[in-house]
Amino acid sequence: MTKILAIAQNTFKEAIRDKILYSLILFALLMIGSSILLGMISINIETKVTIDVGLSAMSVIGAVMAVFIGINLVHKEIDKKTLYSILSKPIHRTQFILGKFLGLGFTLLVNLVIMAVGLVGVLMFISRGTGGIHSSLFIAVFLIFLQLLLITGIALVFSSFSTPALSAMFTLALYFIGQFNADIRHFGTAANSLAIQSVTTSLYYLLPNFGNFNVIAGVSHGRPIAWTLLGYDLIYSIAYLFILLSASAVIFGRRDLK
Amino acid sequence: MIAIQIENLTKDYPVGFWRKRQVRALDGLNLTVEAGETFGFLGPNGAGKTTTLKLLMRLIHPTSGHAEILGRSFTDVSVHQQLGYLPENPFFYDYLTAEEFLNYSARLFDLPAQSIPSKVTALLDVVGLPAARRLQLRKFSKGMLQRIGIAQALINDPEVVFLDEPMSGLDPIGRREIRELILELRRQGKTVFFSSHILPDVEALCDRVAILYAGKLLGCGRLDELVPQETGSMELMVGHFNETLRNELQAIGKEISMAGNLLRVTLADQGALFRAVEAVHRRGAHVIRILPGKESFEDYFVKLFAPPGGSARAKPL
Repeated sequence: MTKILAIAQNTFKEAIRDKILYSLILFALLMIGSSILLGMISINIETKVTIDVGLSAMSVIGAVMAVFIGINLVHKEIDKKTLYSILSKPIHRTQFILGKFLGLGFTLLVNLVIMAVGLVGVLMFISRGTGGIHSSLFIAVFLIFLQLLLITGIALVFSSFSTPALSAMFTLALYFIGQFNADIRHFGTAANSLAIQSVTTSLYYLLPNFGNFNVIAGVSHGRPIAWTLLGYDLIYSIAYLFILLSASAVIFGRRDLK
Repeated sequence: MIAIQIENLTKDYPVGFWRKRQVRALDGLNLTVEAGETFGFLGPNGAGKTTTLKLLMRLIHPTSGHAEILGRSFTDVSVHQQLGYLPENPFFYDYLTAEEFLNYSARLFDLPAQSIPSKVTALLDVVGLPAARRLQLRKFSKGMLQRIGIAQALINDPEVVFLDEPMSGLDPIGRREIRELILELRRQGKTVFFSSHILPDVEALCDRVAILYAGKLLGCGRLDELVPQETGSMELMVGHFNETLRNELQAIGKEISMAGNLLRVTLADQGALFRAVEAVHRRGAHVIRILPGKESFEDYFVKLFAPPGGSARAKPL
């Protein structure tokens, strides 16, 4: 475990010393801040618009961070051969993958916390400190975090065997498909063909389902998030991540570092 | 006791985009290195030296064959607790300082936290980088990177040290320091396995060497077994000579040439040497040096690897 934590800590250190990360956080904070202006032109629904824009910015910018930083950090290690001096030490490749994942996960968590603090600040500014901030906002942020962990897991799988450009393309494609995964299943049901139905059902279970993680609309309307949904998303994330990280470990374990 | 035992180790790489074909980088290598030996691994570029080291370090997987290090399979992760490795042209995390990088390396060996700071300080001193402790590795020169690479390879006080081209990128002073370091490791009873292109270093440091060419082992043994030490000829350096002596020596010697203001005479055997020395004495000139006509390892190496139209590189299967 010490070795995994050492790798995670180093990954975090590398990520926070990367200037791109700060640009992305700044961009996200600007987007969250700009929701004040949008709120001004939306009479009586300032809070709704701010939560909507703020959470969406966190979700999208977070996904961009997860994809690009996740892929870049793994590929850089392979390209620059920094891995040689690490993997020659008494380290299992699985430990390396887990360390990288934990480090990236922690980086994303810190970034989300910074963005969430920005959003809460904006909400307090709008309500002049009078309106309470509902706990469902924080649950929504947690669900965004789970989603980002899944994206990081997918990015790790692709970067364990593919080029950075292809890895980014595949991961982004899965991110977008994952947003509409439930529609694939509905399409199969509507198609009225057993063959199509079995294909769409298989795809539904195989591809990540991010639809259940998106509670932004509900939260902005002040609707509470069902605990069952939170529990389902948590179990789903753990199971899916287990599969993704196992796949990364197996693929990366067989790879020759040329 | 055997430190490294390599048996029939072979590595094929697939090359090509559509129709992949296999290229054999290492072909059935068999090698034994005794504990405490300083072992030189030689061969021209593309001969398979780095491939061998990367196989032993588990960075690539063998096509066939096996190796044992300190009596355990090289695939056993725990054996790597006692190994140190310096990769060829090392590149490390450029955002870390020298101290942070060595700390990180130490943590990967699970070394006790309280012992790490003193180890880091001692190693930075050993490799001559105490002033660069808080300098980011991105600001390091090639030679400094090589030194920090050696420091990370020694952080766990390893039993066996693998060094891939340790002298590469170093200036003459740096080379000399690393040579001293390898000698010190030998004095401490460590096994050092290093690949190099710099033959005088190999001659100065190694107990035994292995020579690799196009993935195959050409020879393995002590330098004096591999390289003919005496060719029978002698070299005589003469000072304060005159034209008469020069003509006389030309008749006795095989070859005659000037080296600065000295006369260099190559003589075929000891009889010729005695006649030449007698002539020098008789003409009142000075014998400056007599050198045995030893073929240098470099001469041997060049002869070995310069077959007409040959290539040291790995061949397609």
